Amino acid sequence: MNLGFESTDIITLLPEIFLLTMACFILVVDVYLPEKLRHLTYQLAQGTLVGTLLLVISIYPSSLTLAMDNMFINDAMGALLKLVILAIVFVVFLYSRSYLQVRNILKGEYFVLGLFATLGMLIMVSAHNLLIIYLGLELMSLSLYAMVAMHRDSAQAAEAAMKYFILGALASGMLLYGMSILYGVTGNLDLAAIATNISDADSNKHTALVFGLVFIVIGLAFKLGAVPFHMWIPDVYQGAPTAITLFISSAPKIAAFAILMRLLVDGLSSLYVDWQGMLILLSILSMATGNIIAIAQTNIKRMFAYSTISHVGFLMLGVLSANQAGYAASLFYIITYSLMGLGGFGMILLLSRVGFEAENLDDFKGLNERSPWYAFIMLILMLSMAGVPPLLGFWAKWSVLNQVIQAGFIWLAVLAVLFAVIGAFYYLRIIKLMYFDKSEDRTPIEANMDMKITLSINGLIILFLGLMPDMLMAKCLKVLQVLI
Amino acid sequence: MPVLSDFLILGAVLFSVSVAGIFLNRKNLIVLLMCIELMLLAVNMNFIAFSHFNNDIAGQIFVFFILTVAAAESAIGLAILVVLFRNKNTINVDDLDSMKG
Repeated sequence: MNLGFESTDIITLLPEIFLLTMACFILVVDVYLPEKLRHLTYQLAQGTLVGTLLLVISIYPSSLTLAMDNMFINDAMGALLKLVILAIVFVVFLYSRSYLQVRNILKGEYFVLGLFATLGMLIMVSAHNLLIIYLGLELMSLSLYAMVAMHRDSAQAAEAAMKYFILGALASGMLLYGMSILYGVTGNLDLAAIATNISDADSNKHTALVFGLVFIVIGLAFKLGAVPFHMWIPDVYQGAPTAITLFISSAPKIAAFAILMRLLVDGLSSLYVDWQGMLILLSILSMATGNIIAIAQTNIKRMFAYSTISHVGFLMLGVLSANQAGYAASLFYIITYSLMGLGGFGMILLLSRVGFEAENLDDFKGLNERSPWYAFIMLILMLSMAGVPPLLGFWAKWSVLNQVIQAGFIWLAVLAVLFAVIGAFYYLRIIKLMYFDKSEDRTPIEANMDMKITLSINGLIILFLGLMPDMLMAKCLKVLQVLI
Repeated sequence: MPVLSDFLILGAVLFSVSVAGIFLNRKNLIVLLMCIELMLLAVNMNFIAFSHFNNDIAGQIFVFFILTVAAAESAIGLAILVVLFRNKNTINVDDLDSMKG
């Protein structure tokens, strides 16, 4: 084994190295900053994200590059996912700022933990080795557990953090057990080596591999929040401060999708018959449970949690088609979902103010009278989540359903459409509350100008990309090297 | 001389005990943290056994990383436990029920 590494390795890892250095730097600087200069931490954190984004663009790979003894991969899909993750974290920090300030939890910890979680996500996206997948996952998860518990005086947040921690650790344990079996059978930790090793496995090995695969799929399902491994999602979404919920619901999902792709597609693609069945089961259960239970919710954060679960079900439809076009459809879906989730939770943050959390459905009553513009943005977001054409959410659902039908699962597509129709009910209910109910709350909406502008752009992007879905779709197909 | 399957069975038993502990225990959160530790140790047993019988050092290196991460994980778990206890004055699993739906 050659342990010396070359300077090209450093260049491939430059975004991650920069992010790590800056996160450590901010950690130290923040300790010495007086309270009135706290905004410097925020600006440094945002600058770091922009810098990392530029570095990712500057090393955008023309072909697949491996670095660090094949442990680290830089390919087009990874680079696209990294760009999306960094952009989303940037917007999350921007939305969260005034919410956290008002509640007196705008501390350096939020940004440092957020940056470390982002680093973990980037590592997960670029992992090409079981060990690196595990380390990236833990770096992200451990930061997120601490972030949920950051509001120290809230009993609900502490309870949510404990549940998140225990179930998250259980998921990591399951994933690790699966990895240990995989390592034992193939004798390798490298994903490409595992893939070549199992492509000619005999039936004896096959049984052991499927045994390991079950644990890996369970671990991934926990992290993504697919039924029946979704128990933590509603409680964590509801209990965590809304700014943290916004963070948890957006970027980490993309990273979880990335390791799903790395493990199942890059590593275990020759076992696709086995994981296809498991994903079909998870997908149906998620779409059914998510859409039906969401109807019964009165807390909007909890409702979004169940809506997330149903979106995960749809996301899996693309992956289980087990071809490049299907993966591209899922990639399209996860990017769309994170844009919509960002807007949805951003809207809750916009309506919240000192001593008031806009977390009940009734808080959206008569929003049209208070602010027609934000009611319109929320209308776009809700219709997009429900999958109404011509918005982006429709194209996301359309592309995964298209792939499922082409893969020959027409009955599955019919089921998915049925559940999507059931799901439309609770999105439309919010629109009804906003436009046709009278508001008891007359307080004008106050927010920073940057938040107002970004939230408006967030909503309008969903509308414009929905009118021109080919742009994003072509990009998704291209990064997965599908010939159009 | 013990063979590979002996170690794998031990690992599987430890893993099952820890999963059962997480789901059956309804009393004390600290026991849950112990179960999580046990789960990671069960995985370590697997990795070491495979590493030895496959003559490949990578598995043992993986174990060092798992041990390190497990230490960080229990530190965060205990920190959350302290926050929880300060707010609720209890570490009973059954009392973690303020959110429903």
